[in-house]
Amino acid sequence: MTEARHEVGSQVGRSLPRIEARTKVTGRAEYTHTMQLAGMLHAKLFRSTVAHGRIKSIDTSAAQRMPGVHRVITSRDIRRVIPEPYYGPAFHDQPILAIDKVHYVGEPVAAVLAADPHVAEAAAALIVAEYDELPAVFDEIEAAKNKVLVHDELRPAGTFADLKHLKGRKGTNTALDFKLRRGDVEHAFTTAARVFEHTFRTQKVLHAALEPFASIADYRDSGVTIISASQGPSFVRTEIARLLGWPENRVRIKVPYLGGGFGGKLYIKLEAIATALSMIVRRPVKVALTMEEQFYTITKHPSTFRIKTGVDKSGRITGRKCEVYWNGGAYADIGPRVTQKSGFTASGPYDIDNVWIDSYALYTNLPPAGALRGFGIPQLVWAYERHTDIMARELRLDPLEFRRRNILREGRPQATGTIARDIKLEAALDRVAARLRWNEALERGAGPLRRGRGLAIAMKAVISPTTSVANVNIAADGSIILSCGTVDMGQGSDTAMTQIVGEVLNVPAESVRVTPRDTDITPYDMGTLGSRSLFHMGHAVRLAAEEAREKLKALAREVGEPEGSNAPISDLFRKKYGMQAGNIIGTGTYKPDYVPPDPASGATPNATPFWMCAAAGAEVEVDTETGAVRVIRLVNVVDCGRPLNPKIVETQISGAALMQLGFTMFEKMQIDGGQVTNASLADYKIPGMLDVPRGMESEAVAAHQSNGPYGAKGVGETATFCVSPAIGNAIEDACGVRLTELPLNAEAVLRALRSGTDQPLGDAP
Amino acid sequence: MSRRTIAFELNGESVTAEIETHHNLVEVLQRDFNLTGARESCGQGMCGCCTVLVNGTAVSGCLYLAAFVDGAQVRTVESLADGDTLSPVQEAFIEAGAFQCGYCTPGFLLMATQLLDENPDPDDDAIRHYLSGNLCRCAAYPEIINAVKIAARKRKGATAPA
Repeated sequence: MTEARHEVGSQVGRSLPRIEARTKVTGRAEYTHTMQLAGMLHAKLFRSTVAHGRIKSIDTSAAQRMPGVHRVITSRDIRRVIPEPYYGPAFHDQPILAIDKVHYVGEPVAAVLAADPHVAEAAAALIVAEYDELPAVFDEIEAAKNKVLVHDELRPAGTFADLKHLKGRKGTNTALDFKLRRGDVEHAFTTAARVFEHTFRTQKVLHAALEPFASIADYRDSGVTIISASQGPSFVRTEIARLLGWPENRVRIKVPYLGGGFGGKLYIKLEAIATALSMIVRRPVKVALTMEEQFYTITKHPSTFRIKTGVDKSGRITGRKCEVYWNGGAYADIGPRVTQKSGFTASGPYDIDNVWIDSYALYTNLPPAGALRGFGIPQLVWAYERHTDIMARELRLDPLEFRRRNILREGRPQATGTIARDIKLEAALDRVAARLRWNEALERGAGPLRRGRGLAIAMKAVISPTTSVANVNIAADGSIILSCGTVDMGQGSDTAMTQIVGEVLNVPAESVRVTPRDTDITPYDMGTLGSRSLFHMGHAVRLAAEEAREKLKALAREVGEPEGSNAPISDLFRKKYGMQAGNIIGTGTYKPDYVPPDPASGATPNATPFWMCAAAGAEVEVDTETGAVRVIRLVNVVDCGRPLNPKIVETQISGAALMQLGFTMFEKMQIDGGQVTNASLADYKIPGMLDVPRGMESEAVAAHQSNGPYGAKGVGETATFCVSPAIGNAIEDACGVRLTELPLNAEAVLRALRSGTDQPLGDAP
Repeated sequence: MSRRTIAFELNGESVTAEIETHHNLVEVLQRDFNLTGARESCGQGMCGCCTVLVNGTAVSGCLYLAAFVDGAQVRTVESLADGDTLSPVQEAFIEAGAFQCGYCTPGFLLMATQLLDENPDPDDDAIRHYLSGNLCRCAAYPEIINAVKIAARKRKGATAPA
């Protein structure tokens, strides 16, 4: 892959409107949640009401008697068709329906099938289950003590080398412990001028994609077809084939547009139960969740982060120790990968010689946690950038200057030892500082309204190693179809991929059609996750288009066209086949190099093919009488290499930042004894129009990712990283309160303002 | 459960449907008329994804019983375009890049259309308040505000300045 081949033409770099735009504004875009098959039954789930318990009995008789109910299913029925019905990407720990035990409130225990979904729902409410309740553990620090065990025995999937040693392990809630050891951190602390230590926490929040989870399975003896709102059809196919003991070619996964994903619709979710139910009743079965049920399906990891840093007299960070505890809930999902991959950068985007990182994935009796737009990074950045700011204040250093003194620069080793390349981190920080006019004094406000500002920076290693494959098919009339497994869930990937095809084959991107995702047609892709698609699939698509281009040239030579001829493609086919016939297929496969971290030290010379860099700045106004915080300005600057579609990049930056604004300011799953008590959009607020700051600024710094397709790299998550600490730092700047836990709602601010005064607030009821 | 037949005007056409009285408008539109632009999301009238106009007024179709539209005029997002010609609001949403996943878009389009019918020249505050009952998890809000302004200019017949 030489740079010279990446010539910039007319298609890459255009702000082309989304290619599916007309379909979406006419209401004709298809989503699994609104789809139906002839003869289909609807399934509604009966869920556990206890956090941890042995199932004594499940009485389904009243439900079964309700007119219109087709059948009621429990794990006993499931095991007749799938003897080992456990699934998951990292651990095979999650049963299709609870077996013997329940592990969290909301876990599916039984399913009711009916032609009318309202009948199924009403019948599910008639099911009665009795449990022998067991002690439960909800907090990640408590879980690490292993006093209450969520699972009797660990069941790693065998997919990941660093999990194999956990097979069959008993007596632990730890589903992965990642270690990184660099230099001598204890020596650094003893010789430091100052040592700072803080603990930060983040809360449990929800993806809340507006299209709730949905899967439809149609099982036949010859094979099963599953229509699903999935971010990773290839993985779903592999996992369903494993559960059924079938070859992959008997499992077909079709994915229409997704009504949002954000990491929630990754790996395997409802596909397993939809398949099992269809297998039992031999009819198509749709499982479509309500918004409430999403709260019991997959969430974002709460975390506790203990961070300790030594600083020398010149304000240089000499050592940093990080202990991160990830609350993974009752099933591992992809938590162990979050734990390891985010562990690479837990010490932050700083140049530190001595680093110690321990990162633990923990089981608890809460709804499972997985990937949510950042793969753990936003939780880490909240901690290390609040910590950085607090240190700067204690050291009486300007927060911008303190960061500049320690920032990781191009060509320097990151904590894993991998040399940082193509990181426009400082440039992003400089742009934020310039936009905020950091070198000028801020108007501080008057009376009870106090203003402040804050900064944050972050970087993330894209998850590696992962593979993407693409096919480009040129028809005899010269029109082009692209098949690739990247799922367009709103991020605009279809548009970017057609721009790459158009660039290589010198045609307008609008003329390229993308096939709907269908694993019978679409080649393998690891998944639409972790901002990997534009880079990995972008390369695969480029390679596929280049192969097609070479085959076209060969065809031209074969039919006697002179070199450089611009004869229409259709003429070449006509000359070769005597009529409009035939086609040309180019295939591209891309997998970057990667060296797994050494298990003892976490060191690797090649942790990732690219780094995502972000900086953010916030200006806030705090009402010191009520604790209410108004975000006046929110500036997000990212390094995403070269934007292939500048307009879509801009909307990815602002959309990610606004999503994280919700996670920062108010979103929180309230949990009482394991029960989510605000599982609805009436009680769990997500950002709306009125929450958008008046000053909302988004920018991509001028950059070129040298190993990226046309200089590009991913951007879907980048603008989530820094929002929380930028605002937390601005609140401290405004009114001096030192918040360490999200969300930063009025109650938290007011409690902090009043603590230590003669008017402290009482405990929450 | 009781079945009944309802007759109503759907996007300008007289139609009938056999429904159960507990069925809501969204599911009848999807199941009997293959109109999937109005979609259930929150199920509580909080998000606006299921917005449908009944006798010219926006309702939450997931909470609105289908039986209530007997004799009424119902308009859905599918009626906004005239054949291949998009409405000014639809065009403006494309130009402004005012959606990502598109799931909430029909609700925003209908509400923005209703806003411009009532107030042909809304300012930022008017747009924010009028559309505050619609949620977009992709948070395309800045682009939606811009789209409504572009649509206002288009509807006035003025050319949108660059």
